[in-house]
Amino acid sequence: MPNMETALAILVNNKPDVLARIAGTFSGRGFNIESISANTTSDPALTKIVITTNDSREVIKKIEKQLKNIVDVLKVENLSTQKSIHREMLLVRMKAAGDKISLLEKIIAERGWRLISRNSGCFILEITGDQKEIMAALALLESFGIDDYTRGGVVALELEQK
Amino acid sequence: MKLTGAQIFFQALKMEGVDTIFGYPGGAVMDLYDEMYRQDIRHILVRHEQGGVHAADGYARSTGRVGVSLVTSGPGATNAVTGIATAFLDSVPLVVFTGQVPTRFIGNDSFQEVDITGITRSCTKHNFLVRDVRQLPQTIRQAFNIARSGRPGPVLVDLPKDVIQSVVERADIDFPSDVQEELPSRKYLEMRCREALDLLLKAEKPLILCGGGILRGKASEEFRKLVTRLNIPVTSTLMGIGSFPGHSPLWLGMVGMHGTYYANMAVSHCDLLFAVGARFDDRVTSKVEAFAPHAKIIHVDIDPLSLEKVVRTHVAIQSDCKPVLQLLNDMLDEALPKRQGDQYSSYSPYSHWREEIARWKKKVPLSYCRNENIKPQYVIQKLNKITNGQAIITTDVGQHQMWAAQFYNFDYPDTFLTSGGLGTMGYGLPAAIGAQVAHPERLVVNIAGDGSIQMNIQELATAVEYDLPVKVIILNNGYLGMVRQWQEMYYGKRYSQSGISGCPDFVKLAAAYGALGLRTDRPDLVEEILRQGIAHPGVAVMDFRIEPLEGVYPMVKPGAPLTEMLLGQQTAAIM
Repeated sequence: MPNMETALAILVNNKPDVLARIAGTFSGRGFNIESISANTTSDPALTKIVITTNDSREVIKKIEKQLKNIVDVLKVENLSTQKSIHREMLLVRMKAAGDKISLLEKIIAERGWRLISRNSGCFILEITGDQKEIMAALALLESFGIDDYTRGGVVALELEQK
Repeated sequence: MKLTGAQIFFQALKMEGVDTIFGYPGGAVMDLYDEMYRQDIRHILVRHEQGGVHAADGYARSTGRVGVSLVTSGPGATNAVTGIATAFLDSVPLVVFTGQVPTRFIGNDSFQEVDITGITRSCTKHNFLVRDVRQLPQTIRQAFNIARSGRPGPVLVDLPKDVIQSVVERADIDFPSDVQEELPSRKYLEMRCREALDLLLKAEKPLILCGGGILRGKASEEFRKLVTRLNIPVTSTLMGIGSFPGHSPLWLGMVGMHGTYYANMAVSHCDLLFAVGARFDDRVTSKVEAFAPHAKIIHVDIDPLSLEKVVRTHVAIQSDCKPVLQLLNDMLDEALPKRQGDQYSSYSPYSHWREEIARWKKKVPLSYCRNENIKPQYVIQKLNKITNGQAIITTDVGQHQMWAAQFYNFDYPDTFLTSGGLGTMGYGLPAAIGAQVAHPERLVVNIAGDGSIQMNIQELATAVEYDLPVKVIILNNGYLGMVRQWQEMYYGKRYSQSGISGCPDFVKLAAAYGALGLRTDRPDLVEEILRQGIAHPGVAVMDFRIEPLEGVYPMVKPGAPLTEMLLGQQTAAIM
C-alpha cells in the first residue's frame, strides 16, 4: 500500500537561512519533500512552512524529531493526525479554439473555477482544491490542450485549535 | 563609553569563562587578533586550522568544558570543517569562530570568502552569521548554551570583518544574563526509572552497555556506584571507554566490530540490555536484526533523536544520564536492603550469568601471538603497565586505535580521547595538545599509526613551542593497516595503495621539530624506550617498528551478526 500524504506544519523563526536548514534536514537524512509552501504568520517574526511528504509513519516520526532539533524551529505539527483541510492551488494556461471555447467556458462556470485572464485564444485559470480535485481538474483540462501549468505547494490548517 | 566589536567579543568570551583559544590568524580576523594583543587570554597558535579545532576538542573532552577555536575566513574556515564534523559526531561541545569578509562583500566571491554557515549546516548543532554587532553578545551566549546543552556539539559563529570593526556605545549593547536549561520532569524520570529498575531486577541475564553520554554527562561516579551494587557485567562502545574501571572483573571491554569475544557473546545472549548514553552505531550493532536478539532494551539518551532510531526499546528514557543514574541509585537504596540486607556487593541473582560470561572470557580472551617482531598489542600492554592506566590517551584512527581500546585498561573518565563517530585520521596529536594544555600536570600520550601521524604532524611544532610534553607512540607497520587488513580479508589480498613504506625518518623528524625521537624494532627494548620517552621532560616521539601484518581481532564482518567473529590465527583453533 502506498503511504498517505502527510502534511507537516512547521513554525519557524523568519530568518534567511531557515528554509535551507529544513530542506537540508530532509535531503541530508534521505527524506523526500513532495510539496512545500511558506509564508509569514500573524507575527511577522515567524514563518509557517507546510511540507507534504509520502514517507512512512516511522520515517515521519524521525522527520518530526529531526525538525524539532533545529534551533530555529519552534513547533512541528503533523496535520494528518488531526482534522485538517489541505488545499492546493493550480494556475493553468490553456489554448482553446473554435467550439471548444464555449465548452471550456461552461465547465469553468460549472466548477466555480476562476478565469483570471483571457487573451484571444489564451486562458489562464485559477483552481483550488485538495490533491484529488486538482488531479481531476488537470485530467479534464488535458483534453482541451494545456499549454503549461504551475501547482503550488499544499497549504493546510487544522479545523480547530487544539 | 564606546566599544569595538572585537572588545565585545572578548568580553562575551570572558562571561562564558573562556581562558584558552586554539587558533590561527588571517586577514578577516586581524582585528580580533589585534584586540587579543591587549587581552588577558591564552591563545595557542597551532600550525593548521584542523589541528586547532582538534586541540579545542581534546581540551573539551578532557575537561568537560566548551572548547574554543578561532580561525580566519575562506581556507581557514574550510580547514576547520573536519575538526567540526569530528566534534559533531562525538557530541563534543565546541564554539568555533570564523572570520568572514565584510557584510557588503558577502556573496561576491570575494578574496577568502566561503559560505561557511552553508558548508557547516549539517555538521554543527547550529551556526550563526552575525550581521549586526549589537547581536554579538547574545549570539555568543546562545552559541555556548547550544554547544553545551542537551546532546553537546559544535556551534560555529561567522564574524564578518566590518561587524568586528564596528564601534558602538556601551549602553547600546545588551550583555545577556544566564538562562537555565530545561530538565525533564522528576515525575517522568521516576516513572521511567521504576520501569527500568523493575526490568533490571527481574532479568536473569542482564548486561549494561555504556556509551559516551556517561562521560559527556559527567555521570561516571553514579554509573560506577550503580553497576557495582547491581553486580551486572558492563560492556562499552568505543566512546564509553573510561566510564567504568577497566580493571574491574565486571568490565567486558568494548562490544561490536572489534569488541571482545565475550562482550559480543554477552550482548547476543543477554535477556536485558541497559544502554546508557549510547546510540547504537552500526559499528556496535553490526547486523541490527541480530543484535541482542533475546533482550529487552532499556535506553537512556539525552537526545530524543537517538531513541528508537536504530533498535526497538522497551523503556526509553530521554534524559541526561546523571539524574537517571542518581535516581536508580536512590531507588536501589529502597529496593535492595529488603532483598539482601546491606550486602549490596553480594547482590548476585545473576551469578550463573556471570559464570557463563567468565567461561567465554576464559575460552577466548583478548590475546595475540608473540613472534620475533614487536607486537603492537604488547606495546600498549607495556604502556598500560608503566602508566598504571592513568595516562590520558589520544588516538588517531585505524588498527592502533582498536588495539588501544582493547589493550589499555582505562580506569578513569575522560582519559580516552578518540574520534569514534567520524573516524578522523590526524585527530590524535592535536587532541593530545589540547588535553595537555588543560592538564599540564598529567601524562598525555598520543597512540598513532604511521599513516595517521602524518596527517597532522605539523602540530609537533605547536607542542614544542608551548612546551607541552606530549608523548607520541607510532605503531609503525609501513601500512595503512586497517585498509590493508580489509584488503587481506575481503579484497583478495590486493593491497591497493595501502603500503606507505615511504615514511620519513620519524626520529630525525622529531629532532627537526625540537623533540626527542626514539626508535626500536626489538620487543625486548619496548619497555625501555617507553620509559625513556615518558621520562623525557619534553615532547617525545617513539617509533615502534611493529609486525607489519598484524590484524585486529576479534573482527565481525560488516553487516554480519556479532556472534560471527573472526578470531585470528591463535584463537581460531579453539573454536
